[in-house]
Amino acid sequence: MKFQVNNNDVYASTGGRPFDKDKPLIIFVHGSGLTHMTWVLQTRYFAFHGYSVLALDMPGHGLSGGESLKSIEDMADWVSDVIDTVGYKEASLVGHSQGCLVTVECTARNPDKIKTLSLMGGAGAIPMNPELLSLAENNDPKAVELMMDWAHGPAGHFGGHPVPGLYHINTGSMLAKTRTIKNTLGVDFRACDNYKNGFEAAKQIKIPTLSILATDDKMCPVKEGKKLANLIEGSQIDIIDNCGHMMLLEEADRVLNVLKKFITTNYPAN
Amino acid sequence: MSDKKGMDPKTYKFDTLSLHAGYQPHKNAGSRQVPIYQTTSYLFDDVDHAAALFNLERGGHIYSRISNPTVAVLEERVASLEGGTAALATSSGMSAIFLAVMTLCEAGDHLVVSSQLYGGTVNLFRLTLPKFGIKTTFVKPRDTEGFKKAIQKNTKGIFGELVGNPGNEIMNMPEIAKIAHDAGIPLMVDATYQTPYLCKPIEHGADIVIHSLTKWMAGHGSSMAGIIVEGGKFDWMQNDKFPTMTQPYEGYHGLSFAEEFGPTAFTMKARAEGMRDFGPCLSPQNAWNVLQGIETLSVRMKKHCENAEKMVEYLLGHESVAWVSHPSVPDHPDHDLASKLLPNGKGSMIAFGIKGGKAAGEAFINNVKLASHLANVGDTRTLVIHPASATHSQMDEATLKFAGLSHDMIRLSVGIEDIDDIKNDFENGFRAARKPRLVSNQ
Repeated sequence: MKFQVNNNDVYASTGGRPFDKDKPLIIFVHGSGLTHMTWVLQTRYFAFHGYSVLALDMPGHGLSGGESLKSIEDMADWVSDVIDTVGYKEASLVGHSQGCLVTVECTARNPDKIKTLSLMGGAGAIPMNPELLSLAENNDPKAVELMMDWAHGPAGHFGGHPVPGLYHINTGSMLAKTRTIKNTLGVDFRACDNYKNGFEAAKQIKIPTLSILATDDKMCPVKEGKKLANLIEGSQIDIIDNCGHMMLLEEADRVLNVLKKFITTNYPAN
Repeated sequence: MSDKKGMDPKTYKFDTLSLHAGYQPHKNAGSRQVPIYQTTSYLFDDVDHAAALFNLERGGHIYSRISNPTVAVLEERVASLEGGTAALATSSGMSAIFLAVMTLCEAGDHLVVSSQLYGGTVNLFRLTLPKFGIKTTFVKPRDTEGFKKAIQKNTKGIFGELVGNPGNEIMNMPEIAKIAHDAGIPLMVDATYQTPYLCKPIEHGADIVIHSLTKWMAGHGSSMAGIIVEGGKFDWMQNDKFPTMTQPYEGYHGLSFAEEFGPTAFTMKARAEGMRDFGPCLSPQNAWNVLQGIETLSVRMKKHCENAEKMVEYLLGHESVAWVSHPSVPDHPDHDLASKLLPNGKGSMIAFGIKGGKAAGEAFINNVKLASHLANVGDTRTLVIHPASATHSQMDEATLKFAGLSHDMIRLSVGIEDIDDIKNDFENGFRAARKPRLVSNQ
């Protein structure tokens, strides 16, 4: 569906169901340079099982208007604005990669508004390789190729997509090239590189939190994910073997099962 | 900066993908070779799991008409080789074309199609699709401007064979892709003759690539198979031409394929709707057979092209040959375009005219022994046919002429045998062709 935040159009997938304000809200926040489509193997399930779902296209990404936001803090405030705009007082947040930085910061800033937090491939800080950052800011498609290489584990490189016939790396590349690379990936990478508040924000979080990490994640390695998770009181950790940073697609079923158990327990549907 | 050591992507390259893409042994009992899942249906964990699979909430297999684990390996492998986001394998190349058209079009729609096509494909567009309310305007493949002029308000796509069958005319794919995209419609290319080893049409602007896998991709001439590969770049939501891609679909609880699946939307629709409702699924055994061929694709294609160029040279210098058409020939009208689009080789299909016309052609066909006379191309073995009396025989005289066919034309699919043996065999054929009345037709 489309709505407006700060006078800019926002697109969010509702998981194939009409948006229903009587159902609890789950918001999905994508990673650097990507779009709502990364969540398709999680969002549809929740949308058909008692939740209202918004898989956002961040400003300037996918089908959303406006320009990409330049800091993680601005993105966090924007997600909070989305919750207000769609008429909710609370929501459950799910983030992937950069989306973890955004949702951690958003949760720390809005302790009463966010009810559960689910982090996939998260870390307290995501310093960027300077060369990768430069490639992205200079609109070089090689930035996408490198990101797809590093972001995928065995399923991405060899294959075995959970949806028959889909090929991970090429699909991911297309998602990252939906808009101009320097305006999406370039801005996002710089925002990640600049963000320093992740660990402090994590210490303030007191809500049920889940971290899903993957053994073959080169972008946010398990030890970095654990470092973040250990700062969040009572957080749960689930580690997926033989899987890369794109666990939400590479091991979509496993991720959905873990996420389903966590959210339905801690933020049950009506 | 981008050339610094260590900053190049380490994603697998073509020859590696040909052997490995789409498959992980540790998820299949450690079996190094892809197993043949000779199965029809797959257990659900519970009622909730079943509902989620049927509703595309989860990925997975339900029933082998829709998807099958062995077939899925083939689909991923070809998608990876083509640079595509997704692929859907079908029971034949023709069913792949039909399914692609039915995924794209509705009754009342129109397509612009290259006139130089396999005879069966011509008949599909000319005679069969009108029964479904889908009309076609044919345009000569070299008439790039003609494609633009033929586009109507209800045109939903452009289709053509990259190198025309059997005359070897080449579509100017980058320019025709631009024409299609300027009109807000996709370009569909049948690249059976090239395989992704010779050309990846997606890199040149094609949105949907179709193969008869029966041919060079498999190579062994044992199995029928086809595939649709999606490029993932086409924006279905840019206009209102494709409501079945962009609007809520009643058949899947209001699903919008474009919104939910973006760069894989076409494949998802072709599978969810097309395979469900038409059912031209590929058998697991045939998928496995094709996979065996793809493992050696680059090795075979090199040899095919090497032999083809030697045969072109041989035919050009032969007294019994009136003309030779192959993109490697410098005076071929599309030689420069071929050099741009087919840098790894110009393919192994040769058309040539035999002196003495139809009778000589028939005598030639009846007297070659090593070359097989049959209605196929892209086998590892050398194949010959006289199109006017076989593959294109259902066309009337005017259609034959429009398709660029002549009665003296021999279509040659050069195999990977020893080149001297192929030439010696042809000598026997030519000898008989020069004295057609003295040689038995048996």
